[in-house]
Amino acid sequence: MLFASFRYSGEYGGLAPWYYIEDGGFTLDLTLENWRRLFETEIYLSLLIKSLTYALLTTLICVLMAYPLALMIARSSKRYRDLLLLLVILPFWSNFLVRIYAWMIIFSPQGALTAALNVVTSALGLEPISLMFSSTAVITCLVYVHLPFMILPLYANLEKHDNRLLDAAQDLGANRFQCFWLITWPLSLPGIYAGAVLVFIPSLGIFAIPDLLGGTNGIMIGNVIKQQFVESRDWPFGSVLSLVLTAITLLLVLLAAKLGRPAGEDNGKK
Amino acid sequence: MVKNSAYPSKALISAGTLVYLFLYLPLVVVVLFSFNDSKLNAEWVGFTWKWYEKLFQNGEILHAAANSLIIATISALLATVLGTLAGLAIHRFRQKWLSALVLGPIAMPDILIGVSLLLMFILFNVTLGMTSIILAHVSFCIGFVALAVQSRLSGMDQSLVEAARDLGALPTQAFRLVTLPLLKPGIIAGGMMAFTLSIDDFVITFFTAGVGSSTLPLEIYSMVKIAVTPEVNAVSTLLMLVTLIIITALSRISPMVLRQ
Amino acid sequence: MLEIIDVSRRFGDFVALDKVSLHIQAGEFFTLLGPSGCGKTTLLRLIAGFDHVDEGEILLDGKSLTALTPEQRPVHTVFQNYALFPHMTVAENIAFPLRMAKTAKPVIDLMVREILEDVRLPDKANHYPNELSGGQKQRIAIARALVNRPRLLLLDEPLSALDAKLREQMQIELINLQKEVGITFVYVTHDQGEALALSHRIAVMNKGEISQIDEPSVLYSCPDNRFVADFIGQCNLLDATVISVGGRHLRIAINGLGELDVCPNPEIDFAEGDSCALTLRPEKIRLAATLTKEDDEVLFSGKVHDMLYLGDVTVYIIELASGVLIEAMLANDAPGRTRLFDTDDAVQIAWRTDAGHLVP
Repeated sequence: MLFASFRYSGEYGGLAPWYYIEDGGFTLDLTLENWRRLFETEIYLSLLIKSLTYALLTTLICVLMAYPLALMIARSSKRYRDLLLLLVILPFWSNFLVRIYAWMIIFSPQGALTAALNVVTSALGLEPISLMFSSTAVITCLVYVHLPFMILPLYANLEKHDNRLLDAAQDLGANRFQCFWLITWPLSLPGIYAGAVLVFIPSLGIFAIPDLLGGTNGIMIGNVIKQQFVESRDWPFGSVLSLVLTAITLLLVLLAAKLGRPAGEDNGKK
Repeated sequence: MVKNSAYPSKALISAGTLVYLFLYLPLVVVVLFSFNDSKLNAEWVGFTWKWYEKLFQNGEILHAAANSLIIATISALLATVLGTLAGLAIHRFRQKWLSALVLGPIAMPDILIGVSLLLMFILFNVTLGMTSIILAHVSFCIGFVALAVQSRLSGMDQSLVEAARDLGALPTQAFRLVTLPLLKPGIIAGGMMAFTLSIDDFVITFFTAGVGSSTLPLEIYSMVKIAVTPEVNAVSTLLMLVTLIIITALSRISPMVLRQ
Repeated sequence: MLEIIDVSRRFGDFVALDKVSLHIQAGEFFTLLGPSGCGKTTLLRLIAGFDHVDEGEILLDGKSLTALTPEQRPVHTVFQNYALFPHMTVAENIAFPLRMAKTAKPVIDLMVREILEDVRLPDKANHYPNELSGGQKQRIAIARALVNRPRLLLLDEPLSALDAKLREQMQIELINLQKEVGITFVYVTHDQGEALALSHRIAVMNKGEISQIDEPSVLYSCPDNRFVADFIGQCNLLDATVISVGGRHLRIAINGLGELDVCPNPEIDFAEGDSCALTLRPEKIRLAATLTKEDDEVLFSGKVHDMLYLGDVTVYIIELASGVLIEAMLANDAPGRTRLFDTDDAVQIAWRTDAGHLVP
């Protein structure tokens, strides 16, 4: 058992941050050079901000879409819950690339969706638009890929709610909206935090979606990291970017742990 | 009391149904166009099997698929053994840092795991190829197996082991006759999960594969990058089918694992 | 037969057991009774071997148990949640201790069949535990623990998961079973009624110490201290001071009641000025609208402050003129609808000088 745990740490666990430091740390000047490049070259910072914005938007849209579904499942009769839940997880087990590819077809310039939209735009006298290689495409796909991560923890939370609380609220004079806003919503926050972490963090580091759907405008921080490692082979700088991403991730995880803890919610990770 | 806010309202059901549509429509499109007799994924022309036929003549894809299977099998087996041990260790020692170490990487973005594994392989002079892919897959699958095993363990009534000891079983006998049989569904589910994760993984493989070896997802990626062709739809459909079969088997063995 | 000598167990700063000693006879139905956290379950786990003693010694038939692991002790446990192995059938569960003892297969089959007859579930051999009802699981758990005839059977609140009706039925079964097999039972419970009904002797535990060990009837009528008096049954506990000793009676003063005579406690010598408490069971108090004071009685007037109708009896809380509240009880044994008094009715209460019991 000890062997397994040790082997594990050896494999990567604690190593991730280690290596970056060592990698850049061979020559200290060089490290600083790389860090300066991050802060002085505006595009990296703006790219980081853009990635954060994309991830945030994705998370918000995920909350908006996941909430009704999770609530619907949680309030369905016990008989259907498992089936409904399975239906959420099922598409998520299909290959990641397949799910991106599906959107490439939908957004393709020859696709029905673009054609239909352009009928509308031309009727309004506007320029024809292209959905492919746009931020809309990137965010839609980000939402699509990460939606189950929001639905599951949210459901896990909502399912535990005591329905008698709603009866009590109604009994005390609250209408349906007040019931939701004053009872269900505040109680479900831990589930939302847990889901937000599971959506936000992977969306931040993703590179395949912008790569395939984003074109040149849609790239995110993940693409640059990938570029540094695969195409430019500038590993120290790639490491700097990775380290920044790691720091953000850790920060978010800690934040979520703080926010999520009081309700004692397990985060319903798949 | 009957008209209770604890039942889904009509609005809720329609909103939920829309979300389900959002989840399934894209996949339906992929499957549908894999039978479409047109090179463009644009409009329906007619039914055909030809993309599947073409697929089975494509040596590169077949080779990559074989690679994927080999990698997934070996890494699932290794990850199952190590993950079970890790799960037992987490449960036994109840150390926070230990579970953070084993389970933490699950919450990390794939790209960071891929990059750090790449750096480590280079540092230790591991040649990138099948071996490095397998090592990488084992390492990220261990966490999932450990999670499955550990959740099974923590759901297990501790007094069962005590009862076995009480009734005269040695510690090893109690483990073999009580703990292990009760863990079996968790271990099998964890192993199958490792298999699907491995066969599906793209990002981590992308960084640790090197030039020589390719897996199915890598192959799909390069095909998709170049052009959208119905051949990709066909591969995707088959891949979905395989995953579906595994998931069905998995849910037979342990419905709980899917919901963790 | 089982001797527990000065056993202590601490968890960090918390003292779970503090120098506990007791002696259990062979063939006895012995109960450890106390509120949760009193150390009774800890003691049971020490006897079973799931936990180790910090200090002291546990002897079974004169031999120390402390160095033995659970599987080496001739002691079996019936767990609170039964702990039946869910992946084994009933027969396999019962066969488990016999397999561990390397009993021959034909003998195992025979013994399993016999014990299933004893617990009246002969047709459940091939069922799995989750197909059984709570009471059936309970019987199988007991059968499994008894099948290879341990020296000692430990039962950890085995009836707490059952509903009231079934619990009573299982209590009778347990008494009969113990009589039949003649194995020493050590029973843990927080339910005083259950303890009184089942046990030959009871050890009342409180905060890691033993408050009193006695037969049920002695515990009830002659508690050694306030805790036992209060924990077992309903009781009026009246703080008092000893005024004078000597003669047949002791004279004590109680706030709000004045001075009155009580019978001395043969176990304890009180001196003048000692503070003590008079324990008075509600059913030993006479209650009526007007009473004539008999010899050897004390009498007070008051009014009904509150009443609890319990069906067979009604509990009246009587407020005396001084404001002291005394609980009394009347059986509703008259035919027809019985409602003897109402709130605020003037009543009188009286009790014999030997009705109360004086504790330190």
